[in-house]
This record gives sequence, C-alpha cells and structure tokens, in this order.
Amino acid sequence: MSLPMLSGEPHVITAGAAVLGEALDAQAVPRTAVDWRPPLSGTEDDLARVLADPRRAAANARAVDRLTSARPLLAGVRPAGEVLDLPPGTFLHAGPPIGWERASGPMRGALIGAVLLEGLAGDAGEAEELLAAGRVRLEPCHHHRAVGPMAGVVSPSMWMFEVRDAEHGGTAYCSLNEGLGRVLRYGAYGSEVIGRLRWMGEVLGPALAAALELTGPLDLRSLIAQALQMGDELHNRNRAATSLLVRELAPALVEAAGGRAAEVLRFAGGNDHFFLNAGMAACKVSADAARDVPGSTLVVAMARNGTDFGVQVSGLGDRWFTGPAGVPDGLYLGAYGPADANPDIGDSTITETAGLGGFAMAAAPAIVRFVGGDVAEAAAATRSMYEITLAEHPAYQIPGLGFRGTPVGVDVTLVARTGLLPTVNTGIAGRVAGTGQVGAGLVSPPASAFTAALTALAREAPIR
Amino acid sequence: MGAERPGTDLVRVRTGIYHDSVSLMRVSRAAAALPGVEVAVVAMATGLNLDIAAELGFELPAAGPTDLLVALRAADGDAAERAAAEVDGLLAALAARAGGATGGEEPPRTVRAAVRAASGAATLALVSVPGPYAFAEAMDAVEAGLSVMVFSDNVPVEQEVLLKRRAAERGVLVMGPDCGTAVVGGTGLGFANVLRPGPVGIVAASGTGAQQVACLLDLAGVGVSHVLGVGGRDLSARVGGLSTLRALESLDADPATELIVLVSKPPDAEVAEAVRQAAGGLATPVVTAFPGRASSHGPDDLTSAAEDVLRALGVKVPEWPSWPAAGPHAPAAGDAARSGPVPDGGANGASAGAVSDGGMADGAAATGRARVLHGIYSGGTLCTEAALVAGTGGFTDYGDDAYTRGRAHPMIDPALRLEALAAVPPGDAVLLDVVLGHGADPDPAGRLAPAVAAAVARGVSVTVALVGSGGDPQGLAAQAGALCAAGADVFASNALAARHAARLTGGAR
Repeated sequence: MSLPMLSGEPHVITAGAAVLGEALDAQAVPRTAVDWRPPLSGTEDDLARVLADPRRAAANARAVDRLTSARPLLAGVRPAGEVLDLPPGTFLHAGPPIGWERASGPMRGALIGAVLLEGLAGDAGEAEELLAAGRVRLEPCHHHRAVGPMAGVVSPSMWMFEVRDAEHGGTAYCSLNEGLGRVLRYGAYGSEVIGRLRWMGEVLGPALAAALELTGPLDLRSLIAQALQMGDELHNRNRAATSLLVRELAPALVEAAGGRAAEVLRFAGGNDHFFLNAGMAACKVSADAARDVPGSTLVVAMARNGTDFGVQVSGLGDRWFTGPAGVPDGLYLGAYGPADANPDIGDSTITETAGLGGFAMAAAPAIVRFVGGDVAEAAAATRSMYEITLAEHPAYQIPGLGFRGTPVGVDVTLVARTGLLPTVNTGIAGRVAGTGQVGAGLVSPPASAFTAALTALAREAPIR
Repeated sequence: MGAERPGTDLVRVRTGIYHDSVSLMRVSRAAAALPGVEVAVVAMATGLNLDIAAELGFELPAAGPTDLLVALRAADGDAAERAAAEVDGLLAALAARAGGATGGEEPPRTVRAAVRAASGAATLALVSVPGPYAFAEAMDAVEAGLSVMVFSDNVPVEQEVLLKRRAAERGVLVMGPDCGTAVVGGTGLGFANVLRPGPVGIVAASGTGAQQVACLLDLAGVGVSHVLGVGGRDLSARVGGLSTLRALESLDADPATELIVLVSKPPDAEVAEAVRQAAGGLATPVVTAFPGRASSHGPDDLTSAAEDVLRALGVKVPEWPSWPAAGPHAPAAGDAARSGPVPDGGANGASAGAVSDGGMADGAAATGRARVLHGIYSGGTLCTEAALVAGTGGFTDYGDDAYTRGRAHPMIDPALRLEALAAVPPGDAVLLDVVLGHGADPDPAGRLAPAVAAAVARGVSVTVALVGSGGDPQGLAAQAGALCAAGADVFASNALAARHAARLTGGAR
C-alpha cells in the first residue's frame, strides 16, 4: 500500500499559519493557499458533529447527483384545482408557512386578489375580513409539489405549468406568469389584475395546454442550458429562455388556438419573464428529486414569504428553518425607493437552489447593472458560490467562465464554514398591499436559517 | 476609569478580517516597537485575547472570535494614531499577500475549494488552523483522497480517531493532529529540518524526537527518505496506532526507504505489541526509539537510537558536536581534548569543540543550597528525554497544549520561555532546547542570547540542546556560536546536554 505523495511532484494545500506556508515558498514547493477564516460564530461544535456523520459524504453525493441529473420536461398546463391537492377554501402561498396575522403587505394583497378571483368576496374589504377571520386555509406551495414567484398565491382556478422529471419520475407545478408591474404576485389586486387572471384562465391556459398536446413534452433542461449561453441567469433575466419557449410553441399555438393564437403569442412574447415560472417548476422538480436522503446536508428549498426566509434540507425531511427575510438592495422603478420595499418574498429562490439565478450571475452580463454591480462583480458572485455548493452542473454552463458548470447544491456545512450566504437575485415588491412591483435587486438570506438547519443536522447525526 | 494611567488608549474592532495568530503576533511586535507605543495587542478577539487585553487595562467593546482587535497604548494621541495607521498598513500587506497567491481571483476559502483550485495537482494538505476548526479542513483533504498533515493542536481525540478511520478507507495518511514535523520526498512541512536525501524513513509519533534523530543522522552523513509524523497520541490505546501502521506499511513499499526508524514517547503496551508485530512482518528493518522506555541499559534515548541506526547501516558513529561556552562566563574553556572531527557537512566549519564534563561545577554559586536544574523546553519529547536522562530538576514543556492555547508555539514565539529563563534564581542551572529548521524562528539564538547572557551574568549556568542540521536556514554554526558567546554550553545531542546539565547540579546519572 504505497502513498502517492511519497513519489509524486509535491503540491501542498496550506490552511492556517502563514509562516508554515512561507516555509514551503522558501523551498520553492508549489502550493495553493486557503484564505481560511473562522466559521460562523458558535457553529464549531455542530459542524464537528455533522462533518463526522459517516453518512454525509455518500448522502451528499447521491443527493446532488439526483438534483443535477433531473431531466425536467414541460408536460402540460392544467388548472390548479385539478392537479394539486387543493381542497375548497385552501390557497397556496410562497415561502415557509405563514398566517394572515404575520403576512406582509404584498402577501395580503395577493391573497385578497385570489379571493376576488375565486368569487369568494364582493370587494377587497370583504375579502380581507374573510382572510382575517381565517376562513381561507393557507399552505405553502412547497408542501404541494409547487412553487410560486413573489407572493406565490395559488387558488384553484389558476392554471399551472406541469413539469415532469423524466429521470426520477417527479412532478412539479408553477402558476403562469402575469407579466411585470401591477400583478397579483406583487400584491396588486385591482380590476386590471383580476381581469388579466380571468383571461389567463379562459384563454391562455387552455391554448398553451392544447399547443403542448401537439408538441409533446418540451425539454426544459436543454432550453435552460441554451438560455444560459444566451445571457439569461433564469431568475431576473428570462428573455432568451422566453424567446426559445415561444419559438417552440408558436406553430402549435397557431394550429391549436386558431383565432386566439395571436393574442396568446403577443402576451407570452411581450413578457420577458414568461419562462420564469416554467423554469421554477423545472428547478422545483429537480430539487425535489434530492429530498429525503438521510444524512445529506444539501439545501433542497430556499423560499420566502415576505416575512421569513426559510430553507429545507435533504436530510431533514419537510422541516423549515427560518430567519427574518431581508430587504433587497437594488434599483427602483419610477419614484419608488428603499422605503417602499417589502422584505424579500417568493419561491423563485428555487432557481438559486438549483444552481441558477444569482448563482449563474456570471452568465448574464446584460443585467449586472440592474442588480447593482459590474461584470467583474457578477463573475466574482458566481465564483464565490462554488465555495458553498457541492457540484458544478453538468448541463448548465457559463460561457464567460470557460463553460464551467454553474455552482449547484448549497451545503449547509459550507455556508457555516465560510460565512458565505447564497447570492439571490430577486424582484422587489411594494410593502403596501396593492402596490405591485417597485424594483429588483440582490438580497442576502439570513445566516440564522442555515445555522438552525445545521443544529438540527447535528442533533440527528448518529452518536459515535 | 484609568485616569491615573499615563498614555492614550486606542481600541478598534474590525470585522470581516482574519489572520492567523503568528502573523498577528508579528504585527503586534512591530507596532510595539514604534516610537511612543507602550503596549500593542493586535489579535483575533477570542476569549483568551480579550482577557489579555482586559488585563492590560484596555476598555473593550463587544467582539467575537471572527473580529480583529487592535488595542494600542501610546504616549499621546498622535503616537497612537500613527501606530494605528502603521498597523493598518501591516494588515493590508498581510491581506495582499494572502490574495496574491491565486493571481487576482478570490483565493479558496476551504481546503475543499483549494483542492479544486489546484486542478488535480495537489498531493497533500497542511492544516494549521486553530484546533477546534482543524477537523473540517482535514476531513476535506481526506475526502478528496489526499494525505494531510494536521499541525494544529487541541484537536479532540475522537475527531482524530474519525479522521484516521476515514483516511484508512480512502488509502491516505493523516499525520497528526499536533504533528510538528514531516519531510515528504524532500519537502519539509511544519517545523522541518533541511535534511540530505538518504535511505532512512522515519515514523514519528513525536515531532522533536524525530527531528533529533534525523539531525544526528544528518550530522553523521546519513540522509532520510521521508519523515512521516503521526501525532503524539497515535500510539495511545484510544487511537491504536492507526497512522503508525499505515506509515510503516507505506514506507515499506517505498523504494527509497531501506531502514525505518519509529520514534515515539513510550506507547500503550497493547498498541506497542500490535506495532511490533506489524514491523516484524515488513521487508524493511525497523529500529524503534521510545525515549523514556526502560531497557536493560537504562532509559532509551534518542541519541542511542540514532547510533543504533548508524550501526545497522554500517556507518561509523561520530563524536556528536558540542560547543563550549565562550567569553568571561565560560568555565569550560581550555578543555578541548575530547573534541572530535566535525562530520562531513555537519557543523559547517564551526569551531566545534567539546564541553568539559565537570568544568562548570566549580562555578557553582555559593548560595548554601543545592543547585536546582530548570528544564525550559519547546519540544515535548526532548523535554521528557532530558528529564529522564538528567534524573533531577523540574522540566516544563512550553510546547504543550496547555501553553499554546490561543498563542503561537514556543519555537515561533519565545516569550513564555524568555519569562521562565528570567525567573531562574542565581546559582541554579538551566537546560534549554533550541530547534532549527523551516517554520521555526528565523533567529532563535538571537532572541535567546540576551536572556542567556543575563542569566549567566547572575550566576546561572546555561546548557542548550541545539537540534539542527548543517543545511538549516538559520545556520547551525552561527546559532551555536551566538549561544556559546552568550555563555551557554551547547550540544547537538539532547541526551548529552542533559547529562552535562545534571552533572553541573551534582545530580548526574
């Protein structure tokens, strides 16, 4: 049993005292120096226990392999009431569980809008009373194999993208994107909002469903990979992916929707974020494939409800670990400013969970100004995410980084060790119910969500 | 509120900056040397460092181990501000140096990321982060299929066992924790002497023990293939020799190694038996050196182990170099009759003589009480060996975990040993070790010499065991020269130094 280090050309990784590294420099021995710093305060005991868990390495390898090998296909578009386990009087929302009392302005606005859409109340005031009285049951999208951007409110009559994982057999859902500005997901519930949602249910949903019947399932993994090479990061920029999707669907839409094809194409083609929701469902089905691997420290969901930021971890089942949602830092529309911003909201962090969005920032130089940086900072943001992720995505590649795979699979232990938090790109909702979108930018998750998950992993690690 | 205290205090806490304790100690030392500066503490704000600063009378804001504390006391506000600016500059230089290694890109933050950054070129990892954090970095290396040297001490033994079990599964070697020295294919790691290449492979559960054996072999003209440290606890019942067995096996398979030396403090009996059996099954002969273990001819010592190796290789055992004290306090002058020739390449032309065995006893201070021998050591095994060989006096190993928590090893930072030396009463005798090589103080003799001279001046006799090779960067001859010029008797062999010191106190064996 020989040791390779005894015969090979030496190259030493050094971590710690600089004087010992310098001693190697003095011997002209090549080395790679670690810029080591202490872990997040108070995590060292939990880290030692979790890192000692004999299941961890294999569990993480298996979990992240399932995440990156998922093959999401856009299989259909169907009403939420038909496909989700959604009893009457139950609505879904973004993020970890929350009730009306703690719900933020945009979450309340979107719930009011959904009550109006479902015809459960005559006006906003009545809707608010109904919600405040607890007459509508609220459950996270994530508990129903679904995700929703921003407020993420789903009610039975909304139509959903249905995405299947051809590799592992899972299914995930996400609502259809309404466009930007005054829209339900940002908490607006005016008549234009409700009218648009009705049209989406009556025209858009059925037309897309019929078109997909003709095309057969669309390969979203391939579409996302192409869009990354065309300048999207798939969270705040979906222009290329939307164009690719519309191109795939257009002929079938014309055949299937007849006279309504033009308005459907005009709507989809005129909304640069039309693809976002399909992409989110693709990310959700991929992340769900990595769930429930005992001993794994992989993050399988990051989501915000406008009040709390929550994470779920593969080895910890359906439990949420939360911290206060931060206020994004970014650019504002029109006269809006930071004082108008609501804390971070939405399930769209499923894109970062699956190695896109802020993690793929280096792929989207066109929007680095929009998220407050320059191209070098965007590349640095992506590179720093390799520090806290378990893998590089085999299909999602970044041309500007030499076609390196995107950093994918956040490891709770690496977050605690490096203190680096996931980089999240996001839209910014107005804090007052009914306002809508006020901007877009970057946000940092609370470290406490990750350290709480680490503590739970430490408690469940086998006693040696 | 400290109004009566002269000078101006300046306290700053900087977040998001980290440097290791040795680097920061150098910044502290540089700041303390600035004009008008009385006290300078530049350190990570760990509990221990906050206590030190508080004891010095600084009023401290809330801070934690991930914050950097700068506490300065100067003659006036201007001097304090100037010192603060200088500290900022030194810290910036440290940061630039840390970032420079990867050519502009952000340097990796974990061993795991560094392995990836090295794109398959890495052959091993050297981990010296503070003990409570070492496990994570070492585990990264093992999981990446790399052998790792864990220089860090204060690593819990259960983490050591886990690391070594995982390493066995991955077919790699964990050297340490608390592994002070290793030489892998000519590359010195940690505190490492510059040794000529040769046929002897050393497995070391004791860093300074291995350094002593390797340096003596080097002085005798015999080189080493590898020195594989395994950590001081490896041969304990808890750890069961996991790394020792692995190291023996891999040296046996190494074509450059013709003879293996196993150096350890006395091991656990059951583990020793397992190791003995394993050694017996190897094709390569194994010589053991367990300093302190009783044997038929008294306790084993490292020097006799080195001599056993030389005999096994058919090499003549030389007279081990020693350098008598020089100058006005040099009682041994004139007796050079036992001076042997300096071995080839050994002492680099130093005028090595022999220290007379009885000479200094005449100089015993007439205090009316027995001379006491104070062993002030930086090397654990050297300390144990010297205490056993001397058979008298009180010995302290300042490299022990109890003295290194939150501060640098005494081979880098001599402060504690200088204090101990200054406290030795007139008329007593002192025995010190000075260990040379990469990683150690660039001029240990230069820093010890004034304290040695001061001790000699007040009637203390000083004996030094100087562990170094002819190739060490500090220069063996120059270091010996500086120490004997200060009035110390200097020996290349720790055992000979201990016998000499014991004779000076009348406690000779």
